[in-house]
Amino acid sequence: MSNAEHHEGTRRDFLYYATAGAGAVATGAAVWPLVNQMNPSADVLALSSIRVDVSGVAEGSQITVKWLGKPVFIRRRTPAEIEDARSVDVSDLPDQVARNANIEESADASDENRALDETGEWLVQMGVCTHLGCVPLGNAGDYVAESGVGGWFCPCHGSHYDTSGRIRKGPAPENLPVPPAEFVDETTILLG
Amino acid sequence: MSGIPHDHYEPSSNGEKWLHSRLPIVGLMYDTLMIPTPKNLNWMWIWGIVLAFCLALQIITGIVLVMHYTPHVDLAFGSIEHIMRNVNGGAMLRYLHMNGASLFFVAVYAHIFRGLYYGSYKAPREITWIIGMLIYLLMMGTAFMGYVLPWGQMSFWGATVITGLFGAIPFIGESIQTWLLGGPAVDNATLNRFFSLHYLLPFVIAGLVIVHIWAFHTTGNNNPTGVEVRRTSKADAEKDTLPFWPYFVIKDLFALAVILVVFFAVVGFMPNYLGHPDNYIEANPLVTPAHIVPEWYFLPFYAILRAFDGDVWVVIAASFLTGGIVDAKFFGVLAMFGAIVVMALVPWLDTSSVRSGRYRPMFKWWFWLFVVNFFVLMWVGAMPAEGIYPYIALIGSTYWFAYFLVILPLLGVLEKPLPQPDTIEDDFKANYGKSSTKEGAPAATPAE
Repeated sequence: MSNAEHHEGTRRDFLYYATAGAGAVATGAAVWPLVNQMNPSADVLALSSIRVDVSGVAEGSQITVKWLGKPVFIRRRTPAEIEDARSVDVSDLPDQVARNANIEESADASDENRALDETGEWLVQMGVCTHLGCVPLGNAGDYVAESGVGGWFCPCHGSHYDTSGRIRKGPAPENLPVPPAEFVDETTILLG
Repeated sequence: MSGIPHDHYEPSSNGEKWLHSRLPIVGLMYDTLMIPTPKNLNWMWIWGIVLAFCLALQIITGIVLVMHYTPHVDLAFGSIEHIMRNVNGGAMLRYLHMNGASLFFVAVYAHIFRGLYYGSYKAPREITWIIGMLIYLLMMGTAFMGYVLPWGQMSFWGATVITGLFGAIPFIGESIQTWLLGGPAVDNATLNRFFSLHYLLPFVIAGLVIVHIWAFHTTGNNNPTGVEVRRTSKADAEKDTLPFWPYFVIKDLFALAVILVVFFAVVGFMPNYLGHPDNYIEANPLVTPAHIVPEWYFLPFYAILRAFDGDVWVVIAASFLTGGIVDAKFFGVLAMFGAIVVMALVPWLDTSSVRSGRYRPMFKWWFWLFVVNFFVLMWVGAMPAEGIYPYIALIGSTYWFAYFLVILPLLGVLEKPLPQPDTIEDDFKANYGKSSTKEGAPAATPAE
């Protein structure tokens, strides 16, 4: 005799479903730790913040520091670089969002919204190409300011960033992101 | 196992009978080794043995290298140098393993092109083809993770770029990338898990190889004519085939010996020819090498990845149609994986009822153009992404997809195939003379 002809639920049907359901839950509970162990561990997650002494950074030069395993560019820009960055119309940019963690998300990509201070002398951004994560080279690419400084070029797949770190040409979809950063005194920047 | 009629193993001694009634393992080995094999197989049918050799070589050299390697960001690079300088015969073992990967891919590409030309993917061998494609994907994953282990500059930046591909997936990409890396960037967690998987996957490949062999032993081998072995009777089948042992084993081993001469010349005299000098610089997360190039066997797909930038109209159209979800970055990733997916689907994309390219006059041209295009993509993938190169990559990528999605479906309709021989025996006689008819099929156990 088969139970297939009994259409109303029997005690046996209930047991089948209950067992299958319990089995599925148990399998999921067993698999999840195996998946989750690959997520960042506690020591990696412990969000570090670092202080960077920028007193030695001369105008027109840049230092690269490692923060959360990734390079951060801290650049002291020349007036030519700032002028280049500020003369661009935001509507001409491929990515028109500032990508600045210090201000609201919807802010537009004007240079004022990306620079760390009001004069625009200091520009702090992640040194990670938004295409596939290479470190762009400084003072290179099609958007170098007139004096031969500023601008970034990613050697991996040819993305060009302007003197404000905004994507202008190439496969990268977004501007270089600006991490949480602030001046805690005249010569020290706090990252994170 | 085989659908082709042939003699099976009969246990003779009491000991054999005792074992056979409990575990028919000798019979399994006998039937596998004595499988009737089309006797007209040409030299392109040797790559299977070469691939089996490569898998064994990589597993054996890999196991001994692990005895000296340390998977930690501070120690990995040094432990590789330790293998190169201090371990007895270490440099040779490592060079065998490094160049073994290249031989593996030479053989797999030859094997795949063989299948594409002679229609080995067509019914009833679709499963064999799909399993083969899975093996190929696993090979790429294994090779990529293995390349990360020495923790040189190319290791680190290759890992950054390739895991960055997953970050391109809309919405969930960044979480997946972080999950794969075990942190915000490629670091110790990444190196450790790559080491674990690099050790595991070859054994998964070995399992799939058994399934691959099982599948084509069930359907029988394809052959250069694409005509099936006659299964009407054992006598007919024996006119078309010879047992795998010793005829094809000896032929394959001879070919392997010739290939190994070249292989050992490379290993002995130019072991770093196929590598990158940058990988002898320890990984540095703050400096990208001026020019990141993957290993040669990934170059065609790397070229396809880079071909689609935001200026290409299909990318603009895709971005527009999906409301910006598919951007240039994600499109490139889709194209790269899509290039392999369309190849895996070729059994259903090729509409021609004729298997072998030998009898397909139009197909031949398109096929050889496909092969040339493969090498063009390989070349352009090694070039910087500027000037004329992105355009060449775009044309090459377009042809790759056109070949599978347009040309193969249409050719089946448009092409008038040449007459095919009725049997493999006819083809064999036409190519190798008449003497074979008198010999007929040799005894099934010639070794005795």
